[in-house]
Amino acid sequence: MTAVSTPVPITSVPEATRRAKRRGAALGVLAWFIGIVFVLPVLWMLLTSFHSEADAATNPPSLAAPLTLDGYKDFFGVGGGASPWPALLNSVGTSLFSTCFVLVLALPAAFALSIRPVRKWTDVMFFFLSTKMLPVVAGLLPVFLFARDINFLDNVWLLVILYTSMNLPIAVWMMQSFLADIPVSIIEAAQMDGARLPTILWRVVAPIAGPGIAATSLICFIFSWNEMLFAQVLTGVVAQTAPAFLTTFVTSQGLFLAKVCAASMVISLPVLAAGFAAQDKLVQGLSLGAVK
Amino acid sequence: MSNPTTAVSVSGERPPTAAPTPARRPVAQRNRAREWATRAPLLPALIFLIVVTQLPFVATLVISLFDWNSFRPDRRAFAGLENYKTVLSDEALRESIVTTVLLTASVVIVSVVLGLLLALLLDRKFRGRGLVRTMLIAPFLLVPVASALLWKHALYNPEYGLFNGVLNWLGGPQPEWLTDTPLIAVEASLIWQWTPFMMLILLAGLQSRPLDMIEAARLDGAGAWQIFRFLTLPHLRRYLELGTLLGSIYIVQNFDAVFTMTRGGLDTANLPYTIYETFYNAHEYGLASAAGVVVVIGTIIIATFALRVVSSLFREEASRA
Repeated sequence: MTAVSTPVPITSVPEATRRAKRRGAALGVLAWFIGIVFVLPVLWMLLTSFHSEADAATNPPSLAAPLTLDGYKDFFGVGGGASPWPALLNSVGTSLFSTCFVLVLALPAAFALSIRPVRKWTDVMFFFLSTKMLPVVAGLLPVFLFARDINFLDNVWLLVILYTSMNLPIAVWMMQSFLADIPVSIIEAAQMDGARLPTILWRVVAPIAGPGIAATSLICFIFSWNEMLFAQVLTGVVAQTAPAFLTTFVTSQGLFLAKVCAASMVISLPVLAAGFAAQDKLVQGLSLGAVK
Repeated sequence: MSNPTTAVSVSGERPPTAAPTPARRPVAQRNRAREWATRAPLLPALIFLIVVTQLPFVATLVISLFDWNSFRPDRRAFAGLENYKTVLSDEALRESIVTTVLLTASVVIVSVVLGLLLALLLDRKFRGRGLVRTMLIAPFLLVPVASALLWKHALYNPEYGLFNGVLNWLGGPQPEWLTDTPLIAVEASLIWQWTPFMMLILLAGLQSRPLDMIEAARLDGAGAWQIFRFLTLPHLRRYLELGTLLGSIYIVQNFDAVFTMTRGGLDTANLPYTIYETFYNAHEYGLASAAGVVVVIGTIIIATFALRVVSSLFREEASRA
């Protein structure tokens, strides 16, 4: 799996290897340097989140300033101000529920598209994908008007429905590719032995496709968690999610840099943790299961 | 792969050639029932998607033909293609089309090139490679709004942002990043966010290279550049296309960065942001819908190309199965 690109020298072995080794080391250092450059803003945000507001807003930056939890305390509304808990809970709720709905709808569909494919199954796959290419903004206004007319604005369930539709195509694509990995012969063998569909699903399909289904759920959760346009337009006070909450408290109360950084850290934490834990699965999912 | 003469679904339960049936009627009926049984699991997902994504778009198409401002509901009237004329002739809207193209193209191109270089670097073995990879994907995992806030306030802020702080240390100038070069500032943050994504896809591509071929080429005396140019790059083509297209589809729709960092000011308003403004603040429903349809047309152009690429990926997958 790993590609080792140390050249195989044919002539003048010691000199060539030494040079290749030196070049390899230099490229390793370069990779480290770029890695640090990319992660630096995130680390800076982390550091600033532990500074007092006074230390956070200095020029030149104060690296050695004492660390404090004030930013986090502020964010959680210890010293007054709006509590982030409703928004955070809304985010958890909408993301979890929409992920569940996606699974409920996508699993049978993926089953129909891979294990016992219907005819013209590729056309169906493309229909699913093409809905993903319809820009969100192009359908937003009718959704807004409709929700307003039936008094459904500022309601978490509206977001749940929309996030489900947003993630369903991706989930069907990913799970189709995971389920297609299951050899049909195993399922046939189980059928010969007299196993019925629920047993087959639970005993044969689930163990093999389980990791893939977990990865799919993870990606749906992340996308719902990150979403902002719907949340911005369709929610107000009651159904506000964490990303929308984050933008409002910056503008309405002036800027508190440490608090903003603490807040950004808190709402990014679930995604960061999940993403670091499942790096490979993430790529596979984001590229619609095409890259394996 | 499916057999058109018998309506047996491609279940692989029975080879289709072994199904010559003397008693036609009951079998046909049973087949039809079975067809519906295989189709049924698809229906909930299909119906749900059509209702939630396709119907609103049809409604957008209809609204785009009306002169409709919610402040003057009494003056709502059929306007034909008038809104489209306005969208394409209005200075601000036309500019936001240009901005969208510029923003998308520059972010995608730069992040693909950077992602390729990084993938090549990370394809080599070196100490701490796993850790470097983890550091590199951090930008992609940050919640987009949080990342936009980070760039706007903690990095770009002219008074206490990190960039000017470092420049101050070095005794350099103190530019106002977001007012001097607003579009580039937004692009830089998006490139930072998307380069890791491109790197991950391309890294997966690099690691699926047939190593024996490369080994053979090397033994035949091919240099590193030749191997890259004639073996690695052709192999990566599909992955490069996939990254470009997925990136384009997501970045064309970008709202978070523009909304958070500049509020569309200083010529950074892209179409999604402009549409949001047009209907949410200006309440010009007809106009916003027409602009939305323009975005769809633009995306369809990218998407037909995208679908062709994905379907070629798909065909390979299907033939492998």
